[in-house]
Amino acid sequence: MKTEEWINTEEYRELNFARKALVINPTKACQPLGAFFCASGFENTLPYEHGSQGCTAYFRNNLSRHYREPFPAVSDSMTEDAAVFGGRANMIEGLKNAYSLYKPALIAMCTSCMSEVIGDDLKAFISNAKDEGAIPKDFPVAPAHTPSFVGSHLTGYDLMLQGIITTLGEEHFDASKKTDKVNLIPGFDAHVENIRELRRYLEMMGVDVTVLADNSETFDSPLTGEYHPYLGKTTLAETADCVNAAATVSMQAYATPKTLADFKGKYEQQVAAFNYPLGVGGFDAFLTRVSELTGKPIPAEITSERGKAVDAATDAHPYFHGKRFALFGDPDLMLGLTAFLLEMGGEPVHIVSTNGTKKWKKEMEALLSSSPYGASATVYPGHDLWHMRSLLMTDPVDMIIGNSHGKYAARDAGIPHVRIGFPIVDRVNLHRYATLGYRGAVNLITWIANAFIEEKDRTSDDAHFELLR
Amino acid sequence: MPLRVGTAIAEGTLLLVKSRTSVRDHSCEEVMDMRQIAIYGKGGIGKSTTTQNLVAGLAEAGRKVMIVGCDPKADSTRLMLHAKAQTTVMDLARERGSVEDLELEEVMMTGFRGVRCVESGGPEPGVGCAGRGVITAINFLEENGAYTDDLDFVFYDVLGDVVCGGFAMPMREKKAQEIYIVTSGEMMAMYAANNICKGIVKYAISGGIRLGGLICNSRKVDREYDLISNLAERLGTQLIHFVPRDNVVQRAELKRMTVIEYESGATQADEYRELARKISENKNHVIPTPLTMDELEELLITYGFLEAEEVAA
Repeated sequence: MKTEEWINTEEYRELNFARKALVINPTKACQPLGAFFCASGFENTLPYEHGSQGCTAYFRNNLSRHYREPFPAVSDSMTEDAAVFGGRANMIEGLKNAYSLYKPALIAMCTSCMSEVIGDDLKAFISNAKDEGAIPKDFPVAPAHTPSFVGSHLTGYDLMLQGIITTLGEEHFDASKKTDKVNLIPGFDAHVENIRELRRYLEMMGVDVTVLADNSETFDSPLTGEYHPYLGKTTLAETADCVNAAATVSMQAYATPKTLADFKGKYEQQVAAFNYPLGVGGFDAFLTRVSELTGKPIPAEITSERGKAVDAATDAHPYFHGKRFALFGDPDLMLGLTAFLLEMGGEPVHIVSTNGTKKWKKEMEALLSSSPYGASATVYPGHDLWHMRSLLMTDPVDMIIGNSHGKYAARDAGIPHVRIGFPIVDRVNLHRYATLGYRGAVNLITWIANAFIEEKDRTSDDAHFELLR
Repeated sequence: MPLRVGTAIAEGTLLLVKSRTSVRDHSCEEVMDMRQIAIYGKGGIGKSTTTQNLVAGLAEAGRKVMIVGCDPKADSTRLMLHAKAQTTVMDLARERGSVEDLELEEVMMTGFRGVRCVESGGPEPGVGCAGRGVITAINFLEENGAYTDDLDFVFYDVLGDVVCGGFAMPMREKKAQEIYIVTSGEMMAMYAANNICKGIVKYAISGGIRLGGLICNSRKVDREYDLISNLAERLGTQLIHFVPRDNVVQRAELKRMTVIEYESGATQADEYRELARKISENKNHVIPTPLTMDELEELLITYGFLEAEEVAA
């Protein structure tokens, strides 16, 4: 048997799943990428990596390939001598240059694996840099230790957010000065249009919201011929004040555990965590919770939008019913997509998340067992897209949903691939569309149903090529 | 316009930095109960033995203590646990490929008088990065709630010299606030003590770490007490206690026990109790003033070798 056939067999699948020493095409990225993504949402904030240039080049490149926007960020260029003597001198020089050349109001600093292995201490070095006059004493530098040999881009996102809030906000906390504002954390959501949508819903409800952090302009800025390096929309003033908000809502529980723990414990707030609540049911739950937290009712215009989403779902329902899906990506995205598919009568079958944990698996299984459509699903935490390929070849499905990295497996399996997640580097403009909210639900329904219909048109013979689908 | 906003924030932050000190002081009062102490010193000088014996003294006096061994040899807790070596954080990490699925109970054992024991562990000699092992282990303890409010003391027993950033982990902000250096009158032990002081200075400038004193673990070197007292003075600190040499320590070690447990009535047990009391009551916390190599040699000539030669002659 030829190798190209053999890798499609049950026998190979078994060997593939016994694989221990190697990860092939993981569905996750590394910590500093998440840290950079988070930092880019804050006003006049320069993402800074304490490490080698190559890492920063990789993050910038990855973000630019997805969004087709420039992404400014710096490193302090650690080389072999820094690996031996420690990166203190690099940081002092780096902070001095970054501060004087790029004039940020905040530097959001994360680490690379190199500076983590040699044990560089960010807080100590930042303080050294201030003592040596590299940057003013009162200039804020928010640190996050982001070693990529643990966790994923979600961990980095969480740690950077926690670092920024601690640096700007910690001292502002005053339990007697509670505001009635609500903090909203989007999480590592590549579909940045969601931030604008979420703001729109909360504005309709009259909720005063602080988005932590709003990078919708960073990654979707108007082309005017003028370049602005800092487009983060969350002001540093509102960030400093976020510790005194009434409540904090996270759209991605698995991207925000540490930050939420601070809001709950240190800042004594009510917190609510969602798992990327896609679909009508998911967003209903989100709005209901916000309404409970704020006491603000859900206005009729939102109810009307919801009705339209329900209509869109009903129209498209036949194209979903009984269809088998493979999904891969971040833990919250998997929970959100699964809930959405179950709601539409689709059947999730293979669910792969490299950064999924045992706890996530349990949560997934509880969700799947809540619906008869979830009966044929298996959840694979810690697995990769090469495992996914074996699953697709031995236990076929009708569609795969996930980022661009799934395209090879989709091609080999001969099934349509709907792109949601990060990175998407082979389709344009998807980040300009919402996936959350009732309009987002309509988008998802449309993409998935039409992908099936297009596949049918593309593959049907003349006798079955119909005008009406 | 953005510049103005930035300036306003910078001013705001200045105020924050000022008030941070007071907030920290305040929080110290609240959790004053937990003192985190790191023990450094040359390899083989008796850090682990001294740490465990003095911890036994504290535990005997009713204090709640945790020992965190920061040495790939993992011998910082054997006298507490009466065991050859406990399972270390990095042992389990090696087995499972990461620390993400570890439970605290798997690596935290309870020994003599309720002392909590953890060993970071690390790689085999000659491979990998032991320093990173220390960072990983301490992060794991922090994330999994090992530092409970009921603890009076946390002791870090750290390998030899501060050879890399990993072994300075216990000195980072919100970790140990005090360091004690175990030394003897032997030249290399003093050399190591002086080097460790250089490490402390780096972290002391930016953080809150301070030197609490030198502990002399006697090797019966001539005029050892005077020598180490003088070294302590030159370093700007104190000789907090002179622990005499006594074979009972060896005998207790062979039974995997501290002297306090093995022979509670021994005079050596009282020495460790005394050390425990002194550390407990110590208020002398300084940023050390390390010596140059020349100064160190001069000190040895004045107190050690020269004197010894004269006596021999």
